[in-house]
Amino acid sequence: MRAEPTRHDAHAGRAIGSLPPPSLTLQQGLWLLAAAGVTLAPHAGYLPWWIIAACASLLGWRAWLLWQRRQPPHRLLLLLLTLACGVAVRQTYGHFFGKDPGVALLALLLCLKLLEIRRSRDVRAAVLLCFFLQMAVFFEDQSPPVALAALSGTWLAVVALLALADPTAAHREQMRTAALLLAQGLPFMLMLFLLFPRVQGPLWGLPADAASARSGLSDTMSPGSISDLIASPDIAFRVEFSGSPPEPSARYWRGPVFTRFDGRTWRAERPLEASTPFYTPSGRRFDYRITLEPHDQRWLLALDFPGAGADAGVGPVRFTSFAQALLARPLQNRSRFDLSSWPDTTTGLQDAQATLAAALALPDGVNPRSRDLARQLAAGAGSDAVILERVLAYLRSSRLTYTLKPPLLGHDSVDEFLFDVRRGFCEHFASAFTVLMRAAGVPARVVAGYQGGEINPIDGHLVVRQSDAHAWAEVWLAGRGWVRVDPTALAAPQRIEAGLAAALPEGEALPLMMRQDLGWLRSLRHRWEALANAWDQRVLGYNPEKQRELLARLGFREVDWPQLVAMMSGAGLSLLGILMAWASWQRRTRDPLERSWQTFCNRLARAGHPRAPWEGPRDYGRRLAAALPRQADELLRLTELYGRLRYGAAADRAEIRALNRQIRKFELQ
Amino acid sequence: MPDRHADRLLEAASRIILGKEHELRLALACLIARGHLLVEDVPGVGKTTLAHVFARLLGLQFQRIQFTSDLLPADIVGVSIFDRETGSFRFHPGPLFAQLILADEINRATPKTQSALLEAMEERQVTADGRTLALPSPFFVIATQNPANQIGTFPLPESQLDRFLMRIHLGYPARAAERALLMGEDRRRLLERQQPVLSIDELRALQHAAQDVTVADALIDYVQALLAATRTDASLAAGLSPRAGLALIAAARAWALIDGRDHVLPEDVQAVFAHVAGHRLHLAGDGRNVPQAALLRLLQSVALH
Repeated sequence: MRAEPTRHDAHAGRAIGSLPPPSLTLQQGLWLLAAAGVTLAPHAGYLPWWIIAACASLLGWRAWLLWQRRQPPHRLLLLLLTLACGVAVRQTYGHFFGKDPGVALLALLLCLKLLEIRRSRDVRAAVLLCFFLQMAVFFEDQSPPVALAALSGTWLAVVALLALADPTAAHREQMRTAALLLAQGLPFMLMLFLLFPRVQGPLWGLPADAASARSGLSDTMSPGSISDLIASPDIAFRVEFSGSPPEPSARYWRGPVFTRFDGRTWRAERPLEASTPFYTPSGRRFDYRITLEPHDQRWLLALDFPGAGADAGVGPVRFTSFAQALLARPLQNRSRFDLSSWPDTTTGLQDAQATLAAALALPDGVNPRSRDLARQLAAGAGSDAVILERVLAYLRSSRLTYTLKPPLLGHDSVDEFLFDVRRGFCEHFASAFTVLMRAAGVPARVVAGYQGGEINPIDGHLVVRQSDAHAWAEVWLAGRGWVRVDPTALAAPQRIEAGLAAALPEGEALPLMMRQDLGWLRSLRHRWEALANAWDQRVLGYNPEKQRELLARLGFREVDWPQLVAMMSGAGLSLLGILMAWASWQRRTRDPLERSWQTFCNRLARAGHPRAPWEGPRDYGRRLAAALPRQADELLRLTELYGRLRYGAAADRAEIRALNRQIRKFELQ
Repeated sequence: MPDRHADRLLEAASRIILGKEHELRLALACLIARGHLLVEDVPGVGKTTLAHVFARLLGLQFQRIQFTSDLLPADIVGVSIFDRETGSFRFHPGPLFAQLILADEINRATPKTQSALLEAMEERQVTADGRTLALPSPFFVIATQNPANQIGTFPLPESQLDRFLMRIHLGYPARAAERALLMGEDRRRLLERQQPVLSIDELRALQHAAQDVTVADALIDYVQALLAATRTDASLAAGLSPRAGLALIAAARAWALIDGRDHVLPEDVQAVFAHVAGHRLHLAGDGRNVPQAALLRLLQSVALH
């Protein structure tokens, strides 16, 4: 189906032989449009809205032209459109340099190119643009769905190329061929992935705004700041324990430690930092690998209490006097760390007097009722431990309710929580408890972090989400150091043992994914997260160290660039050889007759009489008969029979089987 | 048995033309495939005798046309002459109206005359004075050509060469054959005594039988691979046309029939390939004919599966 010559062309009186250039057939056009659409779709997430709209309308225009079988628009119009797009991109980004304006411009050019297609060269150019844009999407997003979209786009582009080469072939055949071509490329892709010299970190750096708009704990805590996080099902980090994980009630992942209180907001002070912990790890030990999502903070969110950790590739791990593990710089990339923790460790035995004094400070004139209560509870107590018991007993008996939706609190937030509304979330409990302890003269502080986490049954990894954010308290007791106290557990012990969903009173609205009754949805999510995690660990996390490890396991140590390149070429060539051998073997074993003949030829080739590739059966038979006179008759008979079956009028199966039998029986003497 | 006919003919012919069994067989295959034959060689190696032998053994009307530079188309096609008795023009058929034509030294004639002959070969009819006259059947042209570099020749253009199914070289006889030739009886006298061994009907039967020889899919694959190889070979100016492919299959069928088979083997194609393709292929650059060695290399570059 060629495009009709336009009226203009018909009147121009062209010479015979210079027909109007053939435009796209419907089939070719649809494949190209599909390839372009699938290629551009993942870009929609971050390109400016007007570029997406422009691309969509250009593609729609092209589809309409294709459907109406019209010629592409005039070149001048396209030129103007291109200029307009260039100006608009310049206006949006302010310049043409760098990846974002480049990708935007390419996306627009792809759509414009589709409108311009007049000959096969244009189709090839468009497909090339598709390939480049499929690669460019990984600058922004490297998740499995995007990889899948890019792969589909590549496949469609290959189908479009095939449709260009042979417009008459069946769709199904072309789709199959394209898939086969990609499958044949797979070993090469794997080989390049494994052997191509890796560079540390992403090739193009991170997008400029990577650090903004990340959810997670902040370095202050006021009523409501943690309950805001609860709605987020985003993953905070994943943990892979090398042995069995600790029981749920011991899974406290330490974030910021708050010591300063202004009556409403808790703030963190700058602790001392050192390269070794301020305590001596003891008791049970858990080894694990933690994969942190970027949160733009320094804390490592280690399980209480971390010991010396490995160099994480982003600088050495630092330890603070608040028993935290910190990074040297805020975390901007998803990163993995191998850590060990000792949950039974005693900390803070030797803490300075100043530290303990700071842990007693309370603002004046705030929460008077709580301070009165604390003084009453402390009166006559022999030791800090007794005060702790009394405060806990008071909280237990005061029937506080654990809720996701605490009412707003005013100036004296702790008073209002304890005596008026009596409903609160973990930060209310931790804050109130700490204020009471301080007012009673016992050093206390609030610790924020994550508590619990869910074991993904698919891959066994512990997944900790933003919704697992939690706040608890620590009190300092002479001889015991800092002791963790989780006042939330007094009101809702299930929160610690079984997670948030189990702890909330009935009727309280939960985020969709946390609902207990939607088991299938959770299971689906488990599978998806296991896949995403495997992708992160195996594919995106394949860094120079992993490459070195892999090569060392294969027996190559201390490999440098030239060696890697040599290995790559060697592996590439041998792969190519294997593929070619496989292809020719496949061609040869098409039908039983061919197989028999191949067997026969192979056997004689082993005996030193190979058939020349161009040699026909009769010539071969005669040559063999001359070389092996004792079996001349049989050789002539077999080759003649094969020639007749292969090249004669339709041979029946019985004859082919007979030849097969004879060839199997045939033995060289 | 049609193949016995072919054997009989070849046997009789080889008694007269000594030591040229292969060439005789090719010429016969060309005749059976209803093609025309181009014989290219230096004078005196038996080109004319070859034509005579076939005419004699098959009992065909024979005409020899010696091509010269002043030969006109009318000299071979015939002329219309006014007949005073009937008062109308009467067509006097030229030498072309015979069953076997020996067009001797065809490249000595002008292109105009050459094309008159070649058109007649293709159409198997001539048009004179607005009347179309069928040429006799069977119609077989054996044209001889001196090597192109001799003085005073008009080389046949490629499109005309395509009209010949095969081109063969006779070459000098082998030593023993030449000795027998020198010592033996005069070839002419021998020929005059020779009776036809095949009737025209038997020849027609052979021609029909050749068309029924089986060409299997596998063989078509092979022929296509050969054609593709000529088209992708960078040393050739252009590849073989589909018509050349048809010619290759027709010649291979005749060759298989002479061999007594009802199906074409790749060997048949290989046997005729150099003779069918040789005059249709030209080297890129200087446009010379492709040497035999290159044709053989081409054949060996195409694998049989």
